Amino acid sequence: MHLVVCAKQIPDPETPPSAFKIDPAKNEVIPAPGIALVLSQFDGIAAEAALRIKEAAGDTKITVISMGAESAQQAIKQVLAMGADEGVLLQDPAFDKGDPHTTAKVLTAAIKKLGDVDAVFCGRQAADWDWGVAGILIAEGLGWPVSIIAKGVTLEDGKVRVQRVIEDGYETVDLPLPAVVTVSNEFGEPRYPKLQQIMQAARKTVTTWKAADLGLDPGEVGAAGARLKLERLYVPEKEGKAEIMQGDTPAEQAQQLVAKLQAAKIL
Amino acid sequence: MARNVLVVGEFSEGEPSTTTHELLGAASRLSDGGAVGVTLLGSGASGAAAATFPAGAGKAFTNDDAEYDVFRSDQWLIAVLAAVEQSSPDVILIAQSTAGRELAPRLAFRLDTAAAMDCTMVQDEGGALQVTRPAYGGNALATYSFASSPAVATVRAKSQDPIAPNAGATGESVALPGVGESRTTVIGREKVEAEGLQIQDAAVVVSGGRGLGSPEGFELVEALAAAIGKDKAAVGASRAACDLGWYPPSQQVGLTGKVVTPDLYIAVAISGASQHMAGCSGSKTIIAINKDSEANIFKSARFGIVGDYKQVLPPLIEAIKAAK
Repeated sequence: MHLVVCAKQIPDPETPPSAFKIDPAKNEVIPAPGIALVLSQFDGIAAEAALRIKEAAGDTKITVISMGAESAQQAIKQVLAMGADEGVLLQDPAFDKGDPHTTAKVLTAAIKKLGDVDAVFCGRQAADWDWGVAGILIAEGLGWPVSIIAKGVTLEDGKVRVQRVIEDGYETVDLPLPAVVTVSNEFGEPRYPKLQQIMQAARKTVTTWKAADLGLDPGEVGAAGARLKLERLYVPEKEGKAEIMQGDTPAEQAQQLVAKLQAAKIL
Repeated sequence: MARNVLVVGEFSEGEPSTTTHELLGAASRLSDGGAVGVTLLGSGASGAAAATFPAGAGKAFTNDDAEYDVFRSDQWLIAVLAAVEQSSPDVILIAQSTAGRELAPRLAFRLDTAAAMDCTMVQDEGGALQVTRPAYGGNALATYSFASSPAVATVRAKSQDPIAPNAGATGESVALPGVGESRTTVIGREKVEAEGLQIQDAAVVVSGGRGLGSPEGFELVEALAAAIGKDKAAVGASRAACDLGWYPPSQQVGLTGKVVTPDLYIAVAISGASQHMAGCSGSKTIIAINKDSEANIFKSARFGIVGDYKQVLPPLIEAIKAAK
């Protein structure tokens, strides 16, 4: 079997809000000093889902693909260290400044080029832009069924069984292969690679494909192909500081708070 | 500029959902004289249609087939595409729900256009539609325009106002053609819900975070909610607390959990990470209880107590009981 994991490298989402700055002229996030670029956490969980299927099924190849800058090699290497077999970096200036639809177009073209893929695993959303559409659009582009926000995934008899998170619980569904599944944090933690695996990953192959390698016209991807135009990116204003209860003891503070809530007719 | 707007509605027990009312409100404001349509799919759809006309719909596209009662995006997609065919919308509004999350991108793909997800603002800007959505876990807001038509947008619950009900308004019901095949087979469904009041419906939500230090910490959080009233207050949790297995994921408040907008939100030992605030910042009043006076939660809170929740909650519970 051949499984694909889509991975994205993002600024560490644990960045404290105080360090988060935007360049209003460029509508871009200013990279904060000391903030690492990391594998989007949901993509690590998607990789974990693929790895568990590989372990259960045996004789399975996992290819990790990532669209991004040269630095996205690190995100690919991390999934390789977890246990994936090969990596593909999709890198071309023509891919820059697109929208989720152009990104999905690039990823779809790469999966088509890989050719013999049985299932694609994506995180439920990238933990920077939070769109949550790449996996669904890849499924559309490939003409495959899709199930999203999975907390459990297993493969058997040419079918993928997904436990999907819904508003009031979970639903178990079967999709015929090939299929796309997006994986949520409810799935569980991704594994942490051992030092030996990290060293092995350094020797695994990462191929780079450009727009021309994928048969994509530069006009249909990146900024040129985007249908969503970012007009403005800004930091919403916060109302300010909380009124802190000043009593000497927790009991006094609690009394004060209740009095305030009563005065404001909240309680 | 007059626009045709199509809303993908959802309903239960014959009543359009609150979010459907909100979407119809937004659609009415955007339509500016254009037509507002709504799709309703599943058992009782044609009955639910009557309630959408006073809420702003002029035409309801319905199919009562029970096949639609379980959401399968490929089936819904075919039905909604049929409604699009018949109503030529400029804008399609969908809830950011289990159904909307999966349906909107597929619909956009089929219509060769784009979908903007989880929008909190949809507005006319000089004749063009603009939508605004949170990004970077709520640290930023991003405003987009569309270079393709129709514009497809999913809209966050509670972000839009319904219109004042237009009593006696009637509209036209159109039956959508028969249900299509699905490649998704539903095997089973497991309801995982807290008993009693749901966090989305509660007037007061008391949430606990990683700072509780242990799952036992939730006993005090639950006691505080109980003191406020079982019929008023529900208990939530941060993602960190849910990921640690301290509280059920069904109670998770935040970007990847539930979005709540109670009158009062009490955050106990929650630092206030952006992704958590994305789920509760619409609350009318936020109270923060945290031992770290620098915690981000105090920036969004109206009232705060700086202290260890183990010391603060017992007297707070007593004071609330005494105030009743």
